Amino acid sequence: MRIEITDALWLDEHHEFSLTEFVELSGLSVDELQHLVDCDALLPVVAVNPAAAEMAADLSAAEARFSAQCLTLARAASRLRNDFDLDTNGLTLTLRLLNRIDELEAELLALRAQLPRSAR
Amino acid sequence: MKYKDYYQTLGVERSASAADIKKAYRKLAHKFHPDVSKEANAKEKFQEIGEAYETLKDAGKRAAYDELGNAYQPGQDFRPPPDWGKAHGDGQATFDDMDLADLFASLTGARHGGRAHGGHFPIPGQDYDVAAAITLEQAAGGTEFEVNLSVPEPGADGYMRRVSRSFKARIAKGASEGQRLRLPGKGGKGLNGGRDGDLYLIIHLLPHPLFRASGHDLYVDLPLAPWEAALGATVEVPTLHGAVHLKVRPGTRSGQKLRLAKRGLPNPREGIGDLYAVAQIVLPAELSEHERTLLQQMADGSTFDPRSHFKEAAT
Repeated sequence: MRIEITDALWLDEHHEFSLTEFVELSGLSVDELQHLVDCDALLPVVAVNPAAAEMAADLSAAEARFSAQCLTLARAASRLRNDFDLDTNGLTLTLRLLNRIDELEAELLALRAQLPRSAR
Repeated sequence: MKYKDYYQTLGVERSASAADIKKAYRKLAHKFHPDVSKEANAKEKFQEIGEAYETLKDAGKRAAYDELGNAYQPGQDFRPPPDWGKAHGDGQATFDDMDLADLFASLTGARHGGRAHGGHFPIPGQDYDVAAAITLEQAAGGTEFEVNLSVPEPGADGYMRRVSRSFKARIAKGASEGQRLRLPGKGGKGLNGGRDGDLYLIIHLLPHPLFRASGHDLYVDLPLAPWEAALGATVEVPTLHGAVHLKVRPGTRSGQKLRLAKRGLPNPREGIGDLYAVAQIVLPAELSEHERTLLQQMADGSTFDPRSHFKEAAT
């Protein structure tokens, strides 16, 4: 039997999604995304440019784009929102904490790699 | 069809109230939710809990489940009683090769104006997260990862059944630990015109006997004899693509990182990571008489005090 081969797409900082795509893939609503952006828990890509930041912060007025890197955490936050009936504030806090855990785990992994095998 | 005891899964009595069922679900979900839990079997356990709660939280589905009776053991083959299908569906299901979860998922479709594909509301397919454990060599050179999924799909009678799907995902070179890849449309089938779900691969690098990865950089322990560290030496260091010679400078300390540029993992966008050889000064497991004599001569003739800073700190 011939097994089909499919190319996998990287979810990294080099790939972006439009607002419509991000809403569809993350399971979050535009209102929830707006709240996350208002609270700086999630940054649209164009917000990196200070001149465009103000315009991009209003998702209804701008063609905001989101880094594919954010999608993993946004999906996790969306799942937790569904499974625990979180409100928008709970969702924002969850995303912040997931983000923090992600950073700390990456840091821990980097430090562990530097430890000699005998000390691990 | 295999019987599953949803009450037992949630740890509640069959007479439990809706509030008690919700409370039991919440408690178990806090413990096993795969996005927060570190339990080894969290994903499977949460799936079982979620399946049980999906049925028991809905009064109609719970009543249908209760009518199946409780004369079975979990995992035991059974068939729904006669007329059960008519009472809770459209009576056309054969129940062959059906999973209990899919049967109850189909009941939702039936109540929305038809069976799984007979309803009017587009339902997107389910997304799946799959861990892809690959070796460092596969990450460095790119690989194909075989995915085997069991996904619910509507059968000829419109009821959901588990279908096995296998395909290979091509992972380009440069994957690193924890990285996510997306395979659009490779998840569960969408219903009533809903989009197909996606498959997400989560890269996990298998432990390597020599190398440890940090992003696209690699680390390897470099054992050095005390005299090699003190006097300097040229030593062989393994890399993912064969051994190279590395010049160790005189006076190299234990823990010092010696960088071998571009000998790490390839980064798909930004060149190649580095390899760091971490110096480890080691002694022979047993000293020969000659080695002992030489070291004793050194001890007698040296004025080096590795703990001089203790005294400085005490004054």
